[in-house]
Amino acid sequence: MLFKKSSQKPVLPGFGLSMGFTTFYLSLLVFLPLSALVLKSFELDWAGFVKVVASERAIASYQLTFGSSFIAALINLVFGLLVAWVLVRYSFPFKKIIDALVDLPFALPTAVAGIALTAIYAPNGWIGQYFYQWGIKIAYTPIGVTLALVFIGLPFVVRTVQPVLEDLEQELEEAAASLGANRLQIFCRVIFPALIPSLLTGFALAFARAIGEYGSVVFISGNMPFRTEITPLLIMSRLEEFDYAGAAALGTVMLLISFLLLLLINALQHWSQQRHGGGR
Amino acid sequence: MSAGSGQFQPRRATTEPLWLRAILLTFALGFLALFLLLPLVIVFGEAFSKGWQVYVAAVTEPAAAHAIKLTLIAAAIAVPCNAIFGLAASWAIAKFQFRGRQFLITLIDLPIAVSPVIAGLSLMLIFGARGWWGEWLNDHDLQVMFAVPGIVLATIFITFPYVARELIPMMQQQGREAEEAALTLGASGWQTFIRVTLPSVKWALLYGLILCNARAMGEFGAVSVVSGKIREQTNTMPLHIEILYNEYQFAAAFAVSSLLALLALLTLVLKSSLEWRAARDLAEAEACRRPE
Amino acid sequence: MQLFTFPLQVSANRRHLQSSKRASGLLKSWLRLPALLLPTLFLLAAPQLQANPQQSAQKEVRLLNVSYDPTREFYRDINQHFAKVWLEKTGQKLIVEQSHGGSGSQSRAVLDGLRADVVTLALAADIDPLARVGKLIAPDWQQQLPHNSAPYSSTIVFLVRKGNPLKIHDWNDLARDNIDVITPNPKTSGGARWNYLAAWAYGLKSSGTEAGAKAFVQKLYRNVPVLDSGARASTGTFARRGIGDVLLSWENEAYLAVKELGADQFEIVVPSISVLAEPPVAVVQKNTERKGTTALAQAYLEFLYTPAAQKLAAEHYFRPIQPVPGVPALPQLELKTIADFGGWDLVQKQHFGEDGIFDQIYAR
Repeated sequence: MLFKKSSQKPVLPGFGLSMGFTTFYLSLLVFLPLSALVLKSFELDWAGFVKVVASERAIASYQLTFGSSFIAALINLVFGLLVAWVLVRYSFPFKKIIDALVDLPFALPTAVAGIALTAIYAPNGWIGQYFYQWGIKIAYTPIGVTLALVFIGLPFVVRTVQPVLEDLEQELEEAAASLGANRLQIFCRVIFPALIPSLLTGFALAFARAIGEYGSVVFISGNMPFRTEITPLLIMSRLEEFDYAGAAALGTVMLLISFLLLLLINALQHWSQQRHGGGR
Repeated sequence: MSAGSGQFQPRRATTEPLWLRAILLTFALGFLALFLLLPLVIVFGEAFSKGWQVYVAAVTEPAAAHAIKLTLIAAAIAVPCNAIFGLAASWAIAKFQFRGRQFLITLIDLPIAVSPVIAGLSLMLIFGARGWWGEWLNDHDLQVMFAVPGIVLATIFITFPYVARELIPMMQQQGREAEEAALTLGASGWQTFIRVTLPSVKWALLYGLILCNARAMGEFGAVSVVSGKIREQTNTMPLHIEILYNEYQFAAAFAVSSLLALLALLTLVLKSSLEWRAARDLAEAEACRRPE
Repeated sequence: MQLFTFPLQVSANRRHLQSSKRASGLLKSWLRLPALLLPTLFLLAAPQLQANPQQSAQKEVRLLNVSYDPTREFYRDINQHFAKVWLEKTGQKLIVEQSHGGSGSQSRAVLDGLRADVVTLALAADIDPLARVGKLIAPDWQQQLPHNSAPYSSTIVFLVRKGNPLKIHDWNDLARDNIDVITPNPKTSGGARWNYLAAWAYGLKSSGTEAGAKAFVQKLYRNVPVLDSGARASTGTFARRGIGDVLLSWENEAYLAVKELGADQFEIVVPSISVLAEPPVAVVQKNTERKGTTALAQAYLEFLYTPAAQKLAAEHYFRPIQPVPGVPALPQLELKTIADFGGWDLVQKQHFGEDGIFDQIYAR
């Protein structure tokens, strides 16, 4: 068995059952299709594979895809925490409606989101026109790509932090306050450490989602080769040529990079948890 | 009053000064207005740009009605499946220490990072006519791709991690003393899970379900590859929107989009009613305990 | 009730544990939900599973037409007419099911097992793989129906802003410095390949050499500020975002856009030379033989060549094979066919394949 229980200390039951079901479901629904994808890319010989995935144009697209995804996830990290905080701790009018709106980016088909965002940020759009006057183009540039990715990843950080924040014990803060800590100290020493795992989870998810996004980005990016062309678009071009193996090769490379980056983020989360003792 | 929020008395150092609260609130709401409200205004504006009649006609025509039904069915199957998976996975991951834990979590994350088109393609490589099992399925007259099962499979794949990823940090934060105590006191494993663990993570579970549901209804890329887009048979709402848009019927396309947004907002009603119930139950439970 | 009092002693601060039995009962009923729903999945699959039991014996027959967009309204009319004809001829009630999407992705779906009886796609290059890779149709499919199996055709025209403020009349205007041209990416949009080829045809005619044609096309694509992924996205960019001075478009779609988006905003300019875009049709024999619908599928496609269907095509702004009385004819211009470019196989490889001319235009 791959995942072996290493500490025998707790007496909780159900490890075998839950782990068995998890691995079964995971292999059937994720591992199987993704291995089919990877195997498909093996239809190319090594030289062909390298030619597809390491062309100058492909590398430019990786830079855009991963770079703008990372920035978008960072923006979501900061504002996601802020929004979750405001939604849990403060009361203000229409709070419930605003709370519900947070899920909107998931429900709107990505193409609709792309069209709506382009309408706002295009050079003659509601907001885009003001920036355009200052010589800043948003739509059809990497900035536009990043904005679309912020939109589609917005719910993640909010929704991972929110339940933890709601569950956070007020007593600890009160205790800290009675011991003379000020608000900033309480936030940094008491609240923030408890939120780190969920923040990193949200960041990882927002980042991952942004990497694979296609539907909304193609409307706002302009798709100019070398400048605003994302990797999923290159995959689509391959498919249009009925070149399944080439598409699978690009997909495999993206999968590999995403896997390594996610592993890094998850390891970071694990490390932070050990350090702050959040896991108990 | 909701159970999760709003019970805070203004006390020294347990809340922020008024000016800071105002600033935080302004930034948060400004951000949401820019990124959520404006796109929503655009969608509804376009939807009603040709008047009420066009809107009503667009959302009530048979093709739209069928698409709505299919979308709801796909979500109704995919969400519970992933919820069960999420509970099992988070229990295993959060309550136990084992080697390869980060690896497993990352594997669960992976479907989010997969481009939806690639997700559809990889399903096709297995179930499609030229896929691994294509011939066998064809010989037995079983149709998975280009039929409802394929749409459900793609939806499950796309929404796979959501519930699990909501639950894992929550369960980790909860620790396991409560469960261990329950077991020590003689409760069975299932009893412990249902009566101790579930109530303690119910908010995370709820958020996971809401996210999963919204994403399941809105998914376009993967479903478009496996659906076949047969009108009134395998068209989900996002696919129907695409067809309308491609027909230059922009107002109708946005009308159906706005309906999709409204459907997602329906989960708000569900969540609020659950919150309300939980609060009522909490009050009842406290009332019951007092005489003891 | 015991279970609900002791955790308070274990950890007094975990307030969720105070939830009563009712709350957990609620959760339990959630858990029961999937158990109910899983079987429904299979019930849903059931009608799909027993796909097509001997249909011909029944009174009702079904035909699946996999098409590109935007032909939804055209085929809606065709289907209505043909169902009537078929009912009179055979007494069978016919239901034509429609599938619409990008031409390339629709072709891939059929290749991967979408059980289309007939395909009506945007270009022959999208039907060829069905014969070559999938062996679903005969290799000589294009000879099986008249006019290269294309019952209607279209061409590429310009859509400009009302009044034509920048005086755009022909292809050479598009290569001017001050013009922004909107056209989708030929790598992801089948229709956009016709746009590219029409420009190529002009370049070839005006310069006389391939090098000249390439230079012209390169100059034109330098003027493209946004390379959308599909035809409709381009229309959106041009018409709704207000970007660009001219949109390259299929003629039938240009008329549709003017009709849907406002005749007061746009007008159509017909260039001196363009391409004859022939959207071909074919019976997917492997599927129809399996379903027993070959005769029906054949009759359906042959119906497209009848005067009634030709009239419908003309009304939906396609070019019929012969001018149809009662519908104003579309303007005449010099039209190059795909054969003039050497056929789709060559064109795909030479122009749109990896490191083809289109890639070279954008090479760094």
